[in-house]
Amino acid sequence: MADAHGTVAEHAEHSPHLRHHFDDMAQQFDSATLGMWVFLLTEIMFFGGMFGAYTVYRGMYPEAFASTSQFMNPFYGALNTAVLIVSSLTMALAVRASRLGEQKMLQLFLILTMIFGLAFLVIKGFEYHEHWVDMKVPIIGGHWNYSEFPQFARQAQIMFCFYFFMTGFHALHMVVRLGLMTTIFVMAKRGTFSSSYFTPVEISGLYWHFVDIVWIFLFPLLYLIGRTKKLI
Amino acid sequence: MHEIPSVRTYVTIWAILTVMTFVTYYVAQVELGAWNIVVALLIAFFKMMLVILFFMNVKAESPLTKLFAGAGFFWMILLLGQFFIDYVSRGWMPEGKLW
Repeated sequence: MADAHGTVAEHAEHSPHLRHHFDDMAQQFDSATLGMWVFLLTEIMFFGGMFGAYTVYRGMYPEAFASTSQFMNPFYGALNTAVLIVSSLTMALAVRASRLGEQKMLQLFLILTMIFGLAFLVIKGFEYHEHWVDMKVPIIGGHWNYSEFPQFARQAQIMFCFYFFMTGFHALHMVVRLGLMTTIFVMAKRGTFSSSYFTPVEISGLYWHFVDIVWIFLFPLLYLIGRTKKLI
Repeated sequence: MHEIPSVRTYVTIWAILTVMTFVTYYVAQVELGAWNIVVALLIAFFKMMLVILFFMNVKAESPLTKLFAGAGFFWMILLLGQFFIDYVSRGWMPEGKLW
């Protein structure tokens, strides 16, 4: 009884989740983790470029950039940081449950993780709405009024462009990882995972934590730095 | 495959991360001059290391994965370092007298 993927006897010897080009489950797991990290490196470079450009412009126009912090709400920023840190905790506990083979706990923690992820986006939405009402959205055609500091009106637009691009790309990553977690949740519901096979939970978890790390840096850079600077 | 960290470890890391978020929020309201940026970034770096080592469990991963995770940050420091050296040093040379 041989088919393209080997004999039935061969399959019986190992987990049905083991691909044949791997020696064993441990090697397959390590390879998947390494592959995910390689992907995360490209993500580090993606956000790193934006952080670099932001820093250069902040160095060029320190007063103008500091003036924009009057219109950022650090309370929202801190609240969202706390929400993401809780979601990281529940994600880590979901991975832990999947390693132990506790399927009910895995599903519960996945749901909690997604709820906190959604809460972040809702708070971010309120924040974007406030910027819109404040006329601080420098889009083409202009939803922009900077009469509070007219001397910085042009440079402050650069800062708000960075703000919307960086938080916008971060929010896009939030949406992607919510989709990812929905997939993992459906797989968990179907009973795909066990204490010997949890690789997809683990590497999706790595992505979840990575997006939180990006926010850990966005929060001080966009909301906190420049708050105490004296404006002329 | 690796030992499984306890719930207590995860909750402890979460508590430290939350406390550091409050600390960075309040320190930012205090006038420290240039140190405001340094403190904010140091706290962010510390939080990142906690997430990477414990939540992402790189502490227990294979040496190859550790090497890759470290290499990513090493290359980004090189990239940003060169980038800032370029911008900071512009105008240091008298124009037209480079050669």
